Amino acid sequence: MIPLLSVQHLTKTYGRHIGCSDVSFDLFPGEVMGIVGESGSGKSTLLNCMAGHLPPDAGRVMFDTRTEGPRDTVTMSEPERRMLGRTDWAFVHQHARDGLRMGVSAGGNVGERLMAVGARHYGDIRAAATDWLGRVEIDTGRIDDRPSTFSGGMQQRLQIARNLVTGPRLVFMDEPTGGLDVSVQARLLDLLRGLVRQMGLSAVIVTHDLAVVRLLADRLMVMKDGRVVETGLTDQVLDDPQHGYTQLLVSSVLQV
Amino acid sequence: MIRISDLSKTFTLHNQGSAVIEVMRGANLEVAPGECVALVGASGAGKSTLMRMIYGNYLAASGSIMVGDLDVARAAPREILALRREVLGYVSQFLRVVPRVPTVDVVAEPLRTLGVEEEVARDRARALLGRLNIPQTLWSLSPTTFSGGEQQRVNIARGFVHAYPALLLDEPTASLDAINREVVLSLIEEAKARGAAIVGIFHDVEARNRVCDRVIDVARFTPVAA
Repeated sequence: MIPLLSVQHLTKTYGRHIGCSDVSFDLFPGEVMGIVGESGSGKSTLLNCMAGHLPPDAGRVMFDTRTEGPRDTVTMSEPERRMLGRTDWAFVHQHARDGLRMGVSAGGNVGERLMAVGARHYGDIRAAATDWLGRVEIDTGRIDDRPSTFSGGMQQRLQIARNLVTGPRLVFMDEPTGGLDVSVQARLLDLLRGLVRQMGLSAVIVTHDLAVVRLLADRLMVMKDGRVVETGLTDQVLDDPQHGYTQLLVSSVLQV
Repeated sequence: MIRISDLSKTFTLHNQGSAVIEVMRGANLEVAPGECVALVGASGAGKSTLMRMIYGNYLAASGSIMVGDLDVARAAPREILALRREVLGYVSQFLRVVPRVPTVDVVAEPLRTLGVEEEVARDRARALLGRLNIPQTLWSLSPTTFSGGEQQRVNIARGFVHAYPALLLDEPTASLDAINREVVLSLIEEAKARGAAIVGIFHDVEARNRVCDRVIDVARFTPVAA
């Protein structure tokens, strides 16, 4: 089986400071990979390099495109990479306002991404937007309201609708449940799990919350100081951590 | 179906003076289809450790763990995930679920990940929940607020909803009343009859004697202190 995403020796430095160093892994269709580590461990740098938001200094990010098979997204042209970003890829930001247009209605936020891939029929776009608001459990009566009038949890669900409406195959998520109340987090986790299964999505989730990865991720990668210190099945890494840093991380979690 | 050879396990505690604790050495075990083998031994002897290693939850230090055609001790995460989906079921003592998900969907989930249609999967889940005497009024609620015995039964329903060719059972009859204990023992007998290979931990001696064909004392796998 060809991996959907194959990251090879990805490296990014900021001057003398290491962002991430020599990171390699394969992600297969339908798999969810979690990346954990403390602030400054390089997990967000890695995510942004993979998603084409930051140019890496070295390494390759091979993506199995629909028409041409595996291509290195680091060396492909900017328009090609942007097209991927609108079609096969999605990026869910920690702060919904980074991924939404706050001055545009909820329906417009979802519809805009459809229009970016060529949808033109107003009725179809509105129907798709209504369908997606329902799927992420936003009252469809709010379709013409601006996201600035939404709660944090609703904004995050709207961002997910906007990202998934075009049927991407790979979703990058940066702390998708960060900053939300626990009850809202649970609802979002349930939603994400359902969508991942129904749509057969692959996802890379960056978080510092071990409970989130236990519930969402099949596989786990632990980062420290820009390097991957441990990888494996999520439950194996959490229950039988091999590296000293992972052991420290797991034993530092407060029990509820 | 399950064949363990020369298996060993050590834990290295990096943050506690790098202490290396050897907990298992030279473990061997074979379980044929339709057979149920009980692991016995004192608390801390390594029953759960062995079971977790078969499931791929703990890493083996050396040796092999064949489940069907796959060596869990060497398999890639992707292969272990497929094994867990299709071949190897595990009823643990703890129910770990996403909050808010209704009980019926928690139980149906293993079937859904195999691609079984939603309503078919739910019907099978409902049948099992009914058999395990979970009141119907609870099926649409999340099991996170259930009593210990109810959670245990939801866990069992989840483990038996798909006809896994191999099953690991960690104290499946603990905290159950006589009626539900009987239901669980019948489920185990039915699984054996259809050819499932089962490894179980049973503190309940009567239950063990009834469903298990053999007993393995894990103390013989405990390394002798040098």
